[in-house]
Amino acid sequence: MTLALAVDISLALLVLAVAGWIIAVRDTFGAVIGFVAYGLLLALVWIRLAAPDVALTEAAIGGGLTGALLIGAAARLRGTEAAARAEYPGALTRMLAAILAVTVTAALAIGVLALPDPAPTLAPAATASLAMTGVGNPVTAVLLAFRAMDTLLEAIVVLLALLGVWSLAPDRAWGGCPGPRRLVDPDGVLAYLARLLPPIGIIVGLYIFWIGADLPGGKFQGATILAAMWLLVIWAGLADTPPISRTWLRILLVIGPLVFIAIGFAGAITAGAVLAYPEGYAKPLIVAIEIALMPTLVLTLALLVAGAPQRMPLQ
Amino acid sequence: MPHSLSTPDVTTPGGLLLVLAVLVPFVGMLAGMVLGGRGTRRVALAILVAGLAIAIAIADALVRSGAAVVYLLGGWAPPLGVALRADGLAVVMLLAVAVVIGGIGAYARADFGTPPGVREARAPLLFWLLLLAVWGSLNLVFVSGDLFTLYVALELLTFAGVPLVSLGGSPETLRSALRYLLYALFGSVLYLLGAVLLYGAYGTLDILLLATRVHPEPVAWAAAALMTVGLLAKTALFPLHLWLPPAHAGAPAAASAVLSGLVIKGSWFLAVRLWLDVFAGVVTVPSAQTLAALGAAAILVGNIVALRQARLKLLIAYSTVAQIGYLFLMFPLAAGLAAAQLDDAAAVNGGLLQAISHATAKAAMFMAAGLVYTTLGHDRIADLRGVARALPMTLVAFALGGASLIGLPPSGGFLAKWLLVSAAITTAQWWWALVMLVGGLLTSAYVFIVVVRALAPAPEGWTPKASVPCYQQAAVLALALGSFLLGMAVFCPVDVAGIGRAVVPGIGSP
Repeated sequence: MTLALAVDISLALLVLAVAGWIIAVRDTFGAVIGFVAYGLLLALVWIRLAAPDVALTEAAIGGGLTGALLIGAAARLRGTEAAARAEYPGALTRMLAAILAVTVTAALAIGVLALPDPAPTLAPAATASLAMTGVGNPVTAVLLAFRAMDTLLEAIVVLLALLGVWSLAPDRAWGGCPGPRRLVDPDGVLAYLARLLPPIGIIVGLYIFWIGADLPGGKFQGATILAAMWLLVIWAGLADTPPISRTWLRILLVIGPLVFIAIGFAGAITAGAVLAYPEGYAKPLIVAIEIALMPTLVLTLALLVAGAPQRMPLQ
Repeated sequence: MPHSLSTPDVTTPGGLLLVLAVLVPFVGMLAGMVLGGRGTRRVALAILVAGLAIAIAIADALVRSGAAVVYLLGGWAPPLGVALRADGLAVVMLLAVAVVIGGIGAYARADFGTPPGVREARAPLLFWLLLLAVWGSLNLVFVSGDLFTLYVALELLTFAGVPLVSLGGSPETLRSALRYLLYALFGSVLYLLGAVLLYGAYGTLDILLLATRVHPEPVAWAAAALMTVGLLAKTALFPLHLWLPPAHAGAPAAASAVLSGLVIKGSWFLAVRLWLDVFAGVVTVPSAQTLAALGAAAILVGNIVALRQARLKLLIAYSTVAQIGYLFLMFPLAAGLAAAQLDDAAAVNGGLLQAISHATAKAAMFMAAGLVYTTLGHDRIADLRGVARALPMTLVAFALGGASLIGLPPSGGFLAKWLLVSAAITTAQWWWALVMLVGGLLTSAYVFIVVVRALAPAPEGWTPKASVPCYQQAAVLALALGSFLLGMAVFCPVDVAGIGRAVVPGIGSP
């Protein structure tokens, strides 16, 4: 048995064990911690499968952002945890859930085992057309040229999710600041970290965003890091979340998709099709779209974690 | 094959209109977010008019050319790129949704205005933004030719639909919204798993290319089963309907009209698209019969539970559970017609008409219930006295919508059921005709009860709690009339729904 195979097998077993732990553990907080570990382990699996772009996204979104959202939810549920445990689903419900899960797994297993080998793939076609897009990373070419429509609409999906979170606000707090007011402890560890980490985090985030054009990386991963830095400063009490009625905030939230759509329709005139780029200008236009998407994504991701507006700003 | 592949996939005249149909509502949503407050409603109402014009222009392009309208996004042809395609089925749905959204928008103008003295309020802002988002997502469901883009469309539809349930903001509505979210996400995940399997097996996500490549084999069956179950959960077909009635209980009337009339039709349309165009040679006749059996159970259970409701709004919600059942009777009928080498247009058009007549009738009935609630301050069916005097137009609209649900001529529901029953008799599947008859009888019972109660004279000295604007009543009546007169579509000189669709190989025939 080679070392690589041993690593793969132990990684697979570990993923399964953590997945089992998430289901078995009754404490919400414990399950959430398990989920974050699960996301990071999956990122390792993607690296072993030679998909670094997916690995970065899984670590940033699957482990980091979703983890932060779930930790926030678990913290809020702490008070009612005991009451909720009394409503723990009965044996019948759990049995049905198990049957459903096993059926879906079986259907997937049948499908995956029956897949042709080598699997048909569009990767060679994507690489062959890469030169026409001017970018070096085929994943970026798929996301912003071949399937640009999907990326545009996904940016709107995230925005709709934010509207969904905002819709939970009490009517009197509409237009106010998301999340509770944080108390400042200027000598606390959090405040210290919030002064130390952001300069480094901002550089790393921007680097990952910029390198995405040619190497694994990109706007979603970079935006997650920048959002985390902003949230750190907010949680340390060094800054407050902006009131959601601010016009500058609304503009930054929609600027990404709007610039994307504008450049897309300009393509109908300059390049013969919506979301096409005129020859020679593909790369600058793709970079322009990504730059415009950055504030949208950073703000949306951070505000998703910050939660629904719940108080008016201090005058 | 469902479509002729002899001609290469190219952008056709009018193709750009498909991009506009999808993106204009979203541009309206983004602009509405920046403007906020009263500006949002103004933008939304302007987009309602523009969107209807776009839908009409697409229908014109389709009928003129007699072939599907196609647009290659970015100029990239599938399988690498994504194509938007609108055949007759898609265009008919585009038009119907544009009309219903217009009716709901006109009605909601009164309910979702920003109150005076405030710059912006929560529910009005969100309603208009979500209405536009629902519209853009539905248009994408109808015209997308790519299974992953369709997944994005389903996600958009979920995130636009769920907050509509809890616009009221009470704890019960949050609970129903969360339940809906879980069902919808469960459905999305199953759909996505199926799409991934198809890409793994056949190397493309394009619907036309897949149709030429899929074979009846385990991976295709697994994908078809996963995707179908996922879409059934989103469509609320019995027994996956449990999220639907509570979602309507506390939602504003206009939001209920959007959810019940339109949102569930998106996932239903996608199921039809998959079964007719992608999996036509993969799915078997017994599986089509199973879908219809679930539909039959939905018709019986939904109607019986509707009869037992004490609240008007919940009665209409359970009636939706039943009406969804009719939408799934078309699958074995289309299969039966195709197996007998006959044109399956009767079954397909029957299903399509059922979807449209239900969308218009149900939107009208939910909005009528909303007006009743405003006028009486409650919607208890036992105590509807005075409605006929206070809201004559609304009661007529409710009765017309009910007539369409029952299937009285010349309503759209009548033509739909006529086509489905005749297809059932042609293919010797008389039991589905029987189910439709019983369903019609049960429906007529509860429509009759409501109308009779509402006709009862008001007690001495009774005055309405609040008066409703006349244009709200007119919007409700217009939608109900549309549904009632939809049966006239039988006189349409061209079979619009059939344009761009050649004869489909039958379900179960390899």
